[in-house]
Amino acid sequence: MSTGFVSLRGVNKYFNEVHAVANLDLDVKAGEFFSMLGPSGSGKTTVLRLIAGFENASSGRVVIESQDVTDLAPFDRPVNTVFQDYALFPHMSIQDNVEYGLRTRKVPKAERAKQALEAIDSVKLSHLSQRLPHQLSGGQRQRIALARALVLRPKVLLLDEPLGALDKQLREEMQVELKRIQREAGITFIFVTHDQEEAMRMSDRIAVFNEGSIEQIGTPQEVYEKPQTKFVASFLGVSNIFDGAAAKEIFGSSTMVNIRPERIKLVPADTKLNTGESGVVGTIIEASYIGATTIYLIQTQSGQRVIATRLNEELPDQINRYETGDRVGAVWKSDHSAVIPT
Amino acid sequence: MSTTITKAGNRPLSAYLYKRAKLRLFSLLALPMFWIVGVYILSLFLLLVTAFWFVDPFTSKVIVGFTLDNFVSIFTVPAYISTSIRTLLIALAVTGLSVLFAVPLGIYMAKIAKPWVRNALAVAITLPLWAGYLVKIIAMRLVFTEEGFFNWALAPFGLSGPTFSIPIVILTLTYLWFPYMALPVFTAIRQIPPNLFDASSDMGAKGFTTIYRVVMPLIVPAIIAGSVFTFSLSLGDYLAAKFTGGSTQMIGSIIAANINLNPPVAAAFSMVPIAFVVIYLMVARRTGSLERM
Repeated sequence: MSTGFVSLRGVNKYFNEVHAVANLDLDVKAGEFFSMLGPSGSGKTTVLRLIAGFENASSGRVVIESQDVTDLAPFDRPVNTVFQDYALFPHMSIQDNVEYGLRTRKVPKAERAKQALEAIDSVKLSHLSQRLPHQLSGGQRQRIALARALVLRPKVLLLDEPLGALDKQLREEMQVELKRIQREAGITFIFVTHDQEEAMRMSDRIAVFNEGSIEQIGTPQEVYEKPQTKFVASFLGVSNIFDGAAAKEIFGSSTMVNIRPERIKLVPADTKLNTGESGVVGTIIEASYIGATTIYLIQTQSGQRVIATRLNEELPDQINRYETGDRVGAVWKSDHSAVIPT
Repeated sequence: MSTTITKAGNRPLSAYLYKRAKLRLFSLLALPMFWIVGVYILSLFLLLVTAFWFVDPFTSKVIVGFTLDNFVSIFTVPAYISTSIRTLLIALAVTGLSVLFAVPLGIYMAKIAKPWVRNALAVAITLPLWAGYLVKIIAMRLVFTEEGFFNWALAPFGLSGPTFSIPIVILTLTYLWFPYMALPVFTAIRQIPPNLFDASSDMGAKGFTTIYRVVMPLIVPAIIAGSVFTFSLSLGDYLAAKFTGGSTQMIGSIIAANINLNPPVAAAFSMVPIAFVVIYLMVARRTGSLERM
C-alpha cells in the first residue's frame, strides 16, 4: 500500500468548517530528517498531530512501518513527540519526567532510573535531575523534553517547533545538537517549523505546506533552486518572480520565472549582455548595507521591482558601489533562472 | 497649569492622607478589622469562654466559673464520642464523594465540552446555590420520603428505596456543598496546559493513569480549597441529619439540643468541628500540598 516508513494517504482533517488538511499524501523514509515547513495555519502541526494520534483524521489512512495506525490511540503508536513548549510535568522532578514513559510501560524501578539518568546524561544535564522543570532555563527544558522522548526509543520522533521559544544563539546550538542526535540514534525525525533557514539547515527533505496542502516535497536544494509553485519560491528565501508581460519582455514567453537575488550582478546600464545572460535595466531606488551583503532594490521602466544581493567581499570604500538613483543593468546567467510551472 | 492648581486645592483630604501612610492604612482597614476582630473573633472567643462555665443542676441557670467538665464529657460520654466520630466520617465521605464527582466532571468541562455545554454545566453546578439551603434539604427529603420518588419508582419491581439514614445524610450534604468543590476543581483543571494531556498519552499513559499521575497532583491545592468547604460545612451541619437522617445524630444535633438546656456543653462541643478542621489543615500542610496554593 505504501512506500514510506511513515505514510499518509488521502488524509483530510476538518475542524468544524475549516479544512485544515486537504487530501494529503506523504511518505517519509526511514532514518530521514524530514521537515514540514509552512506559515502558521498551513496545516503542518495538524499533520504532525495526526501522525501522533492527538487528532483523528476525518478521512484517509496513517501508516507507520506498514502498520495502519489510523484508529490507534497515541499511547499505542510507535512514535513520541517533543512539544513546542516542552510539556514537562510541572509537579515532577526532571528524572520523574524522563521516567514517566518507562513507568507507564511497567519498566522495573531500578531499570527505568538507570535509563532515565542515561538519557539525562546524554543531553548533559545530569546535575539537574532532581530539579523541578520551572527551575530550568528554556534551553535546558528543551533538552529534557528531548531526553524524555528519546528514552522511549521511538521509531519516529515528532518535533513540533521545538526550538521556537529559544533565542537565536541557543537555537543554532540546538539545531546542530538535534541533527547529531538524529544521525547517531538513526531515528526518523519529523520536524515542524515555520523557519525556512532552520528547515534548510537540518533537513534531508522538506515538505512545504500552504493552506492545508503540500506545495512541494524535495531536498533543501530542490525546493530552493527549483520551486514548483510561486508560493514555494517566495516562502523560501527571497525571490524575483517575473510573469506575464515582464516575463515576455525578458524571456520571450509569459511563463513564470524566478531568479534569486544573489545570482544577480549589477553592471553599468549601457553594458551589453553576453551570450547566455539575461537582464533588465532599471534605477536603484534603495541600497541597504547590512554588513555581509548589500541589498539593492531596482525598479525597471515597466515598474517591475528586482532585488539584488551583493556580497561585500571588499571594504565598502574599496569597490565601486552603486548608489540610490543610479541606473544599472541587473544581469544573471540564463540557466540560473528557474521556470515555475504553476 | 491652572488645572493642576485647582486639583491640589480641591482635594485637601486626599492630599492630607497622601502624606500620612499610617492614617491611610488605618482608614483602609478600619471597617474590615472591626468586622474580623470585633464581631468574628470576639464571638468565637466568648463561645470558648462559655465552654468553661457550667449549669446549676437545680436551677438550670448558667453559672460563670471555671470547669473542664464540659470538655471531659466530650471524651468520656460514649454517645458524644460516637457522634463525633460519625460526624467526622460523614464529613470525610461528603468530601470524598464531592471529589469523585468533581474531577471527571471538571475534566470534561475544562478540556472536552464545547463552550455552550461548558456554560450550561457551570450553570447547572451553581444552580443549587441559588435555592435556599433549607429548600434543598426539603427537596432531598421529598425525594427519599416514604411516599417519595424512589419508593414510587421502585415499587413496580417489588423494591423499596433507601430510607432516611446516614447514606442519605451524606447524599444531602454532598448535594449542598458540591458546588464548592466543583468550581475550584474545574478552574484548576482548566489551567492545566492541554499539551500535558497529549504528552501523557504520547508516553503511553491511558486515561486513568493520566488522571492519577498528572491531573490529580496538579489540582491538589484546589481539592484542599474545596474540601475546606465541604468538610467544615458538613461538620457543622445539623439540619440535613434532622430532616433526612432519620435517627442520625451529628455534632450539630447535640449542639442544637443543648443550646438552651446547657449552653456550656453546646459551646464545648462547638470546638470539636473547629479542632477537626485545624487538624485537617495541619495534615494537608504536612503533605506539602498547601505550598503550591
